[in-house]
Amino acid sequence: MSVLEASVKLSRGAFSLAIDERIPLAGITALFGRSGSGKTTLLRIIAGLEPGAGGRIAMNGATWQDGPRFVPPHKRAIGYVFQDARLFQHLSVAGNLDFAARRATDPGPSVESVVAAFDLKPLLARRPQALSGGEKQRVALARALLSAPRLMLMDEPLSSLDEARKGEILPYLEKMRDESDIPILYVSHSAAEVARLANHVVMLEAGRIVRQAAAGALFADADAAPLLGMREAGAVLEARVTAHYADGLSELSVSGGTLTLPFIDRPTGSTVRVRIPAQDILLALKRPEAISALNILETKIIAIREDDGAGALVTLECGRDRLLARVTRRSAQALGLEPGGACFAIVKTVAVAQGNLGAETPAQPESA
Amino acid sequence: MTEFLPDTGPLILTIQLAAITTAILIVIATPLAWWLAFTQARVKPAIEAITALPLVLPPTVLGFYMLIAFSPKSTLGGIWLQATGTTLTFSFAGLVVASVIYSLPFAVQPLQSAFEALGRSPLEAAATLRAGPFDRFFAVGMPLAKRGFLTAAVLSFAHTIGEFGVVLMVGGNIPGQTRVVSIAIYEHVETINHADAHVLSAILLAFSFAVLLLIYVVNRRFPEPAV
Repeated sequence: MSVLEASVKLSRGAFSLAIDERIPLAGITALFGRSGSGKTTLLRIIAGLEPGAGGRIAMNGATWQDGPRFVPPHKRAIGYVFQDARLFQHLSVAGNLDFAARRATDPGPSVESVVAAFDLKPLLARRPQALSGGEKQRVALARALLSAPRLMLMDEPLSSLDEARKGEILPYLEKMRDESDIPILYVSHSAAEVARLANHVVMLEAGRIVRQAAAGALFADADAAPLLGMREAGAVLEARVTAHYADGLSELSVSGGTLTLPFIDRPTGSTVRVRIPAQDILLALKRPEAISALNILETKIIAIREDDGAGALVTLECGRDRLLARVTRRSAQALGLEPGGACFAIVKTVAVAQGNLGAETPAQPESA
Repeated sequence: MTEFLPDTGPLILTIQLAAITTAILIVIATPLAWWLAFTQARVKPAIEAITALPLVLPPTVLGFYMLIAFSPKSTLGGIWLQATGTTLTFSFAGLVVASVIYSLPFAVQPLQSAFEALGRSPLEAAATLRAGPFDRFFAVGMPLAKRGFLTAAVLSFAHTIGEFGVVLMVGGNIPGQTRVVSIAIYEHVETINHADAHVLSAILLAFSFAVLLLIYVVNRRFPEPAV
């Protein structure tokens, strides 16, 4: 596993950033935080685009910055995908890709293979001005990949796109994560995006790293929920596709039981990542009968965390996994929920994505 | 025909002067404009003001100082005399140096605005794609600012053709050496040779109009790409 050492300081007006952390890099590592938390600034410092930042940046023993020593961005083995794509307007799509490929210093993928992987063939002759937002970002991803980076930096590559365009780009990001061994540092303020894509999450607040953890652990942690945003809380777990049925349903196994969901377009035996939003779990003390829900998991209550409002977040143990359920304090008291007690989790919706703790295809609500 | 056309010497000399001046200016003004566009140095306003001085100073003031600086007794003039064996004053070389200074803002300002309009974004993108500083300039900055280069070249050329006061002060009126069109017209008028003055003036008028028309047409046809 690669490791990024970042020990940097930067102040600009009222904003100050001070980071001193080792960030493990494997698959997608998300830099997550609200806007203004300094995540983009940290990404730019890592890229060498903020010469005003002092400190040390090193990746796998290669020191990019240390005190007065400063390796300029073009000599750092990084790829950078900007929020606004930043394609060169005076070059065609092919010209943009060629620009990157010709300057790559390490052996990298061939232009043909990247064009095929990102389905760019029909766009090659076009000018960036004639591309849609989603197409621009696809070209930007391909261009960054062609420069054969050892670390890919992405600054909210989806944030300028509408939901439909995001859905177009996400599979390419997942492909990049799963099929290339280049670690990706991914800036995002969207918990849903992070839950879908990230393997590891680094949370920033006001220029400081407040928490970092594996995605699975973080999303199942009730204490992290306020940082993520209560609406976004919900466990992310790994599941295996075990069967496809003739009535259009697929069966998944998680460590604590099985889930039956509308057809999942993955072969039997493949690993997927599922996300169960905390607010979409109902709790029952007895196994419910005569109920339309297909997905009922047997769980044990680990902890109950009451929030400032009327809600409470219940941490549940389900096999080796943990789930989070959001209920009202009133119902928690009425049911007499207590740590150690057993209860049944009725799962209303599950979002499934490709990859091992990696990503969601468009959310598949299951309300059977 | 030859009787109708006045002596073409000044015309050719003027075009030579303008072409050489423009070439030198593009080479000097490009790095200066690039620096001005992207620097955060505190001296930037001072450098900008110095660069813009030829816009506001009367050509006689500029010419007067240059005359002093070019004189063989001064440091610059002395070095030049030692190196070339000729004086800078009242010579074609002196006119070139004077024109470069006189037309500097006309090259720097369009280039600086073009570079500023370009912004850091595409250059940062190029840097993350392993392009070094010169590579960034030639492969990204220059092609994206090509309209700025065209404007700078055309304005420098045209402005050099139109100069009078500085030439009169520094160059005098030596046929084949420093007698450019504007000086020739002045002399024709002084010697009440209105016919030749008419022809040369008409040529300058037509030329200037054509140049400005060219700039406006080009700017219209190739709008600056949104970056």
